[in-house]
Amino acid sequence: MRRELLERIALPLGVTVALIAAWHLAVAVSGTSIFPAPADVVRGLGEQPRLGGYIRDSLFRVASGYLVAVVLGIPIGLALGWWSGLARAANPLIQMLRPISPLAWMPLAVIWFGVSNLAPIFLIFLASFFPVVVATMNGVRNIPPMYVQAGRNFGLSTAALLRRVVLPAILPRVAVGLRISFGIAWLVLVAAEMIAVDSGLGYLIIDARNAGQRYDLVVGGMLLIGIIGLALDGLLRMVERRVTW
Amino acid sequence: MRRLVPLTGIAAFVAVWHVVVALSPGTLVPAPVEAGRALVELAEKGLLVRYVVASLFRVTWGYLAALFVAIPLGVLLGLWRRGERAFNPILQLLRPISPLAWIPMAILWFGVGDLSAMFLIFLASLLPLVTSTIHAVHGIEAQHLAAGRNFGLTHEELVRSVVLPAILPQLIVGMRLTLGIAWLVVVAAEMIAVNSGLGFLIVDARNAGNRYDLVVAGMILIGVIGVGLDLLMRQLERLPSLRWGYATG
Amino acid sequence: MKVEFRNISMTYGTNLVLDDISLSVAEGEFVCLLGPSGCGKSTLLNIAGGFVKPERGEVRIGDEPVTGPDPRRIFVFQERGVFPWLTVEQNIAFGLFRQTEAERRSRVAHYVSLVGLRGFEKAYPRELSGGMKQRLEVARALAVDPDVLYLDEPFGALDSITRLQMRRELLRIWQAEKKTILFVTHDIDESVQLADRVVVLSARPGRLRRIVDIDVPHPRDFSDPRYIALRDEIFCEIGLAHQV
Repeated sequence: MRRELLERIALPLGVTVALIAAWHLAVAVSGTSIFPAPADVVRGLGEQPRLGGYIRDSLFRVASGYLVAVVLGIPIGLALGWWSGLARAANPLIQMLRPISPLAWMPLAVIWFGVSNLAPIFLIFLASFFPVVVATMNGVRNIPPMYVQAGRNFGLSTAALLRRVVLPAILPRVAVGLRISFGIAWLVLVAAEMIAVDSGLGYLIIDARNAGQRYDLVVGGMLLIGIIGLALDGLLRMVERRVTW
Repeated sequence: MRRLVPLTGIAAFVAVWHVVVALSPGTLVPAPVEAGRALVELAEKGLLVRYVVASLFRVTWGYLAALFVAIPLGVLLGLWRRGERAFNPILQLLRPISPLAWIPMAILWFGVGDLSAMFLIFLASLLPLVTSTIHAVHGIEAQHLAAGRNFGLTHEELVRSVVLPAILPQLIVGMRLTLGIAWLVVVAAEMIAVNSGLGFLIVDARNAGNRYDLVVAGMILIGVIGVGLDLLMRQLERLPSLRWGYATG
Repeated sequence: MKVEFRNISMTYGTNLVLDDISLSVAEGEFVCLLGPSGCGKSTLLNIAGGFVKPERGEVRIGDEPVTGPDPRRIFVFQERGVFPWLTVEQNIAFGLFRQTEAERRSRVAHYVSLVGLRGFEKAYPRELSGGMKQRLEVARALAVDPDVLYLDEPFGALDSITRLQMRRELLRIWQAEKKTILFVTHDIDESVQLADRVVVLSARPGRLRRIVDIDVPHPRDFSDPRYIALRDEIFCEIGLAHQV
């Protein structure tokens, strides 16, 4: 038992440390002047005055777009899952809109929202909206018919049926869908910030390169994005666990 | 009559689009008709085919390269629990990093051009493919692996005769979803790092003269091809030799 | 409440699933619908529950025709029918939304102890065994005080030892609550152990072959000669070999 625990922690930790060491060595040996060493990255980030503000702006944008997507997407997904006629009409439309990268909506976003926070928020909304709708819709479609039958048997109205049977029944599946769409939102955030704004982690990366080949900040930005994204995903996993019956 | 229902959604969307544009005079958003005309214009100039081919070319190579690396890696990590545990934190850390965040790196290593774009597609497809392969390997019925070992298969034989056939159905689903991701990313990558392709079309149309009709035409093309690629992959799932893996639940 | 099936016929596509079934069930009677797979017995029960509309004929309960699902006639499925996101108490209270808090609590308490789940009120279904989940479902059904109970192979997912125990439990509850029960099964022994009358159905199409009166008083002994004779009668009726 102790050996298992040791292995679970020591092994990944060891490999990670080894990789960092290898990175450091590679930079030192190759004598490159552009690619940063691990220490450079940490220093660069630490010296960056506006880092806190950038992180805050990124979090704000992703939270706004994502929450709107959830608030709109779940009821729509419910409706599409419950009334199959509606789903059949809407499905081709969803399938057509889905492959269009949120970034491709950028010109339209700029027309509608100008160069402001709203444009990236809109893109994030678009990116999270479809996965939330689809996950909710599939959740409803896959409810064991027994539950709905039992609900009807006990004389529940349709509203009560949706509230007391359908919603609890789909909760675990929707929770997973919500976590996955947050992951997508986080990815799109970076892309969105590379184009139309002047703050945020995505902006940091593009600007660091354009304004002076500061690859220490580029790598630092990437790592921050990875770490924060992972932390948020972990948080959502905890929520998901609590909600799964 | 039932067959027409799916079209009502799209028809309604186009109708609403047309009405909204008509009701907002002076808006830069093009009407459906204008977008349609722009598509024809692209076709006449020969750009339609050229841009579509350019985008498909980059996706294909980046995606295939990722497939080539991801499947063996995924099978290895799927079977070798210790290895998976060791490398898991790295994989988890890389997952939330948008492929587009790698653009400066790509440009540093490959310069601006096709290679950069293909590298980004490769990156974007690699992790999802590795993850779904590992997942598929974990999903193999323990009895099948046990039977393989019972009959005295070596590691290599086990992989070839049990693991690979067993994961194929789920793998193809993963491949289909990843292809969708790759298609998304190619468009985004083309908006930033190259000068041909559908993503480029969108950025250029706007920058070079506010040709929003071309922008929307490009979006339509992207959507249609995306659906087409997805349908193509779904055909693979229909092969009778794979249907066993898709038991409807 | 008495249940009457009048000339029920049902087709699925081109298959005749039920062929002119007529049957009268007296109030408080325990009737088993017995037959091989595909004989339409579950369909018949679904029609009686109002979940399926018959092609021809109708079902009357009391003297009212059945037109849709109704809390006066509750369906009990195999144990997967309980709601996994509700505790034992909450499941039992599910249909009691029109009652006051106090009434709800007393009813729940009554049925929790009737089905023998005392101590598990706050447990979730995933913490219960198959037999316990089944008892929970029966409690949930009884709590709304229905006129009729429909059970569709409720013990099918349980192991054979638990099944025997559950049959005894069900009979005890039936004798305490005196509900009319329609019970679908493919297990001949089960039908003879439980029912007042066994309705034997043939397959494809489902037709009423025979109704066997089980005139053995409860508790029924498996070695009782009358029990064995009735069981054999049904075996022969279905046309099964007597040996393995």
